[in-house]
Amino acid sequence: MSDALLEARNLSVRFPVRARGWGKKAYLTAVDDVSFTVKKGQTLAIVGESGSGKTTAALAIARLVAGETTGEVLLDGRDIVPLTGEQLKDMRRRVQVIFQDPYSSLNPRARVEDIVREPLDNLTDKPEAEKRQIVDQLFEAVGLRPEQKRLFPHQFSGGQRQRIGIARALSTRPEVIICDEAVSALDVAVQAQILNLLRRLQKDFGLTYLFISHDLGVVQHMCDSVAVMYMGKVVEHADRMDLFNNPLHPYTTALLSAVPSVDPTLRENARRILIPGDPPDPFNLPKGCRFVSRCPVAQAGCHDAAPPLEDKGGPHRVACHLVGAEAQSPLGVDAAARA
Amino acid sequence: MAPLLKVENLRIELTTRAGKAPVIDDLSLELNAGESISFVGESGCGKSMTALAIMGLLPEGVGRVTGGRILFDGEDLTKASDSRLRQIRGNEISMIFQEPMTSLNPVYTVGEQIAEVLRAHQGLSRTAAHGMAVELLDAVRIPNPKGRVNDYPFQMSGGQRQRVMIAIALACKPKILIADEPTTALDVTVQAQIFDLLRDLRRQTGTSIIMITHDMGAVAEMAERMIVMYAGRKAEEGPVAQVIERARHPYTSGLISCVPHIMAEITEERHELTEIPGIVPGLAEFGQDLCLFASRCPRRTERCVSKRPPEVPFPNAQSSACWHAEEM
Repeated sequence: MSDALLEARNLSVRFPVRARGWGKKAYLTAVDDVSFTVKKGQTLAIVGESGSGKTTAALAIARLVAGETTGEVLLDGRDIVPLTGEQLKDMRRRVQVIFQDPYSSLNPRARVEDIVREPLDNLTDKPEAEKRQIVDQLFEAVGLRPEQKRLFPHQFSGGQRQRIGIARALSTRPEVIICDEAVSALDVAVQAQILNLLRRLQKDFGLTYLFISHDLGVVQHMCDSVAVMYMGKVVEHADRMDLFNNPLHPYTTALLSAVPSVDPTLRENARRILIPGDPPDPFNLPKGCRFVSRCPVAQAGCHDAAPPLEDKGGPHRVACHLVGAEAQSPLGVDAAARA
Repeated sequence: MAPLLKVENLRIELTTRAGKAPVIDDLSLELNAGESISFVGESGCGKSMTALAIMGLLPEGVGRVTGGRILFDGEDLTKASDSRLRQIRGNEISMIFQEPMTSLNPVYTVGEQIAEVLRAHQGLSRTAAHGMAVELLDAVRIPNPKGRVNDYPFQMSGGQRQRVMIAIALACKPKILIADEPTTALDVTVQAQIFDLLRDLRRQTGTSIIMITHDMGAVAEMAERMIVMYAGRKAEEGPVAQVIERARHPYTSGLISCVPHIMAEITEERHELTEIPGIVPGLAEFGQDLCLFASRCPRRTERCVSKRPPEVPFPNAQSSACWHAEEM
């Protein structure tokens, strides 16, 4: 695809862990052979339960994980996994992160103007005056008052701190911003303020977002396409409308039906698909499909081979043995079309 | 029939460095036997404080009930002795907390922690209590309860720990179960399992449930009636479906429309989310004779900042403390 700004190809991340027995090494594979693309100016959401590897995948793209990364991450067609030194710095200018916890991601001993300026100091060689001007503009862009520049993080509320985190991420004029659960620590009313701000900034600065979240309501509002992850694998990757109106993978359907809704028609019509139990132990994954132990429609074949992520028409890709070429949910039509 | 729990004009004051502040200000509510209600609001609105007051668990030396009554089965809990409260707590009224990680004791097995409640309140022997613990684990649908009863909390997942908390809370068949954000720390699929479990247990035991949450979707799934709280006061009360259909307080409608919901049919267009500007006022501003929501309210008029709005009842069992409730 020509308009893909960011592309992950067969990306895997594994962490060495202590194994039982002398001299043995074991690995926990947090992200396993994952591929997805993000188009320029759009938002790709990665959703999944905790432990599904969504944050690890995103941080691997920002070159911020300690584990062993294999595969390719293409930014504008150039692989960024092997970069070092100046080239890595250049890549960091172009990819920035907004973190989940606005309390622990800001240095409590630094004034917020210095926090926002830090990426400029580290990654660019702009003159002092220009840096000051950029910081002023950013404060205005994220809705903070200029006189607040001299304050410390503890003097701000959670929502304001998240605005500071956003200003910091924007300071180097990045093309890609990774929002790692950027609103989940905030109160609902403040969450709306930040989500609106993120969408406005995307329009104004032409940003491309990689939006990590477990909240499907928020994802539905923010994204253009979605990748659903389960136990380190992408199980479904589709455009927003396709995924929410015609979810194909049983896990996606279950995830959607689990969200409590205020829409009474949805509550009445949706057949709640309860998936029993908890995700499997990552050290002892099922042999075939990883979802097999919780899947309501699993068949004998699902235990044997892992399903590949296959195209089922349009850009709708699913990793399930039971989804045929006609792109129908294995749970039956009434469950898939939730209305 | 008299309500099971009746809170009348409750006022709770917190002692802060700046002086005393009313964290709960003239709150009244009723809960009938078998009913499920929900307290909704942002953090810092006094939802948890109300629950702690009902349990008699206000932080000692800091929080104090300074007015009003909490009547449980006709008995005023604000005047009850410590030993009487200990009898009621965990036996007649019990509570599950938000963080299943920190509310279980890490050095006792889950079986011992469930058995403790039964031995303390019902005087069961060690063996009988252990047997009951296995039954309770089975009731909250933990697979292989006989084996898991000897597990320590760290050996269980978040969802299973919350199930253990529910087992402890329901061990003595309480009349009221208070659930303080029971699923906030859990994944949606696990949240759906826990909601399902709570609904079934309520049907079987007839326990009244008070659920504290900020998620309107969860309220719609779980509760029959909701009480929206803002800055220590009741903003709105009414049957859940009605309030969601037509809120009579701008704070309620703001809470509903500021969250992007998953609807039956997702369409291409996406509206800007309605913002409630600003944040919940600090404790120092509580208790003034004005509408405390006025500073964030799109309908603010002169009257809102000069006098506290009274609670206006509507014929359909809804009520709202807003000067503009009629027009909404």
